[in-house]
Amino acid sequence: MATAAHQTARTSAYDAHGGTPADAGDTAGYETAFDAAVAADERVEPRDWMPDAYRATLVRQIAQHAHSEIIGMQPEANWITRAPSLRRKAILMAKVQDEAGHGLYLYSAAETLGTGRDELLDKLHTGRQKYSSIFNYPTLTWADVGAIGWLVDGAAITNQVPLCRCSYGPYARAMVRICKEESFHQRQGYELLLALSRGTPEQHAMAQDAVDRWWWPSLMMFGPPDDESSHSAQSMAWKIKRHSNDELRQRFVDICVPQAESLGLTLPDPDLTWNEERGHHDFGPIDWTEFWDVLKGNGPCNEQRITQRRRAHEEGAWVREAAVAYADKHSAGRGVEQA
Amino acid sequence: MSTDVTTDATVTSAALALGDDALVLSHRLGEWAGHAPVLEEEVALANIALDLLGQARVLLSLVGDEDELAYLREERAFTNLQLVEQPNGDFAHTIARQLYFSTYQYLLYTELAAGDGLFAPLAAKAVKEVAYHRDHAEQWTLRLGDGTDVSHQRMQRACAALWRFTGEMFQPVAGLDVDLPALESAWAASVTDVLRRATLAVPEGPRSGAWAAGAGRQGLHTESFGRMLAEMQHLHRSHPGASW
Repeated sequence: MATAAHQTARTSAYDAHGGTPADAGDTAGYETAFDAAVAADERVEPRDWMPDAYRATLVRQIAQHAHSEIIGMQPEANWITRAPSLRRKAILMAKVQDEAGHGLYLYSAAETLGTGRDELLDKLHTGRQKYSSIFNYPTLTWADVGAIGWLVDGAAITNQVPLCRCSYGPYARAMVRICKEESFHQRQGYELLLALSRGTPEQHAMAQDAVDRWWWPSLMMFGPPDDESSHSAQSMAWKIKRHSNDELRQRFVDICVPQAESLGLTLPDPDLTWNEERGHHDFGPIDWTEFWDVLKGNGPCNEQRITQRRRAHEEGAWVREAAVAYADKHSAGRGVEQA
Repeated sequence: MSTDVTTDATVTSAALALGDDALVLSHRLGEWAGHAPVLEEEVALANIALDLLGQARVLLSLVGDEDELAYLREERAFTNLQLVEQPNGDFAHTIARQLYFSTYQYLLYTELAAGDGLFAPLAAKAVKEVAYHRDHAEQWTLRLGDGTDVSHQRMQRACAALWRFTGEMFQPVAGLDVDLPALESAWAASVTDVLRRATLAVPEGPRSGAWAAGAGRQGLHTESFGRMLAEMQHLHRSHPGASW
């Protein structure tokens, strides 16, 4: 339900100015209406007026989310050709396919804000936009596929479920679809690790080693601590974000501890203990130097990931050009026939 | 009864031949993940690979344990067509391979689905998937062939390079009760029509494969296949008896 003020802003902005207020006086009115709509938990839609900074923040966040899906295909695709059973191979292929699909939904959501997929991909390829730091870690064994499912997808879900209530409608709706599939992947990852954990001693060791390597990078997926997170306050005010980085990280740790126990695996943190008073698990310090290093491009796979992405795009240029040339010829042909 | 044994043996060779085709081509398409020219093709190629893997699992399970058959046979025991084991090459090579194979598979499964043999139920389900694979390959053949000069040349080269592997599809396989000459002429008519509409020349030259037509069905493969299997089987073979 839109408030009257918001509805007026929507309608007049669209009818009179195509979404852009004519002067500063108008802006103030629109801003008030926008703030009221957000405060009332209404969804902002593509044709609604929105502050430029809100639009820019969303473009950045949605694009980087899309890029993460696309880059995130690589560490898992690394194991498609070596999956140890046909059942696991089918599951992994389906998962990587879903990720490409998530990328497509998210680029579409970003496009409703007035940008284009080509432009966003270009920003990814030239390093002007980022993707999740987690995908700069290598998948060294088969168990990494399970650890990614359990921990990385688990962290992603913890982050993304609140986004299903994000103030921007197209993003929120994309997240509803994505979260359903991600939960499925997360369970599959858990089940993969469980099979290894209960398997031979070598398989158990492989699973433990993977969890040891992926645990801390997964905690870093929630972003910097609250006092160092530059976008957080504004994003929470706009209801793009619903919880702080540290809140979500804590929630994730609390979820993982019992799951690790039932997996029969340990988490690599000697400081991890239940705190009765807080009703949460205390955990050890995160290596933020490593986090910032990876974010700056100096992680184990940053170079490799972006090079592969760029190469796929460049080597595919002739294919995309062919599709355009063919469409041009044949739509022209149809035009002639119709005339 | 010896008749039963014979029947089982022929069913086994037919199921293995068709299952190996699907398994090996699925693996090749899986290599595209993360490398496709456009996101929509990441989805499409993975989708086709998954369909084929599903077919392979059903077919191999008719013969024995799917994982033992996929992971513990040596190169000489695989009876897939040499066509499907060919490396992906560029996108045009992948599409030409898809066009040749999916046209064959579509016609073959249509005929099997219409019969009352052991493969009829499987073929009836698979033919719907394969109709999509064939459509995908045709659409891209048209776009590449009738797109730019560059894409036309690449597609023409790819069609020519893979042409020599197309004869083996029409060699007899024990247990596969189909009218091969009819299948071959229907295949040729369909492929010729697509190539013509794509402004491409139908390749000339022999269609007898690397050894002789039908070599893949006898376990005689091309060199890159052993390397593909080494990658596919390595992890499974490193942990004998483990379950995953």
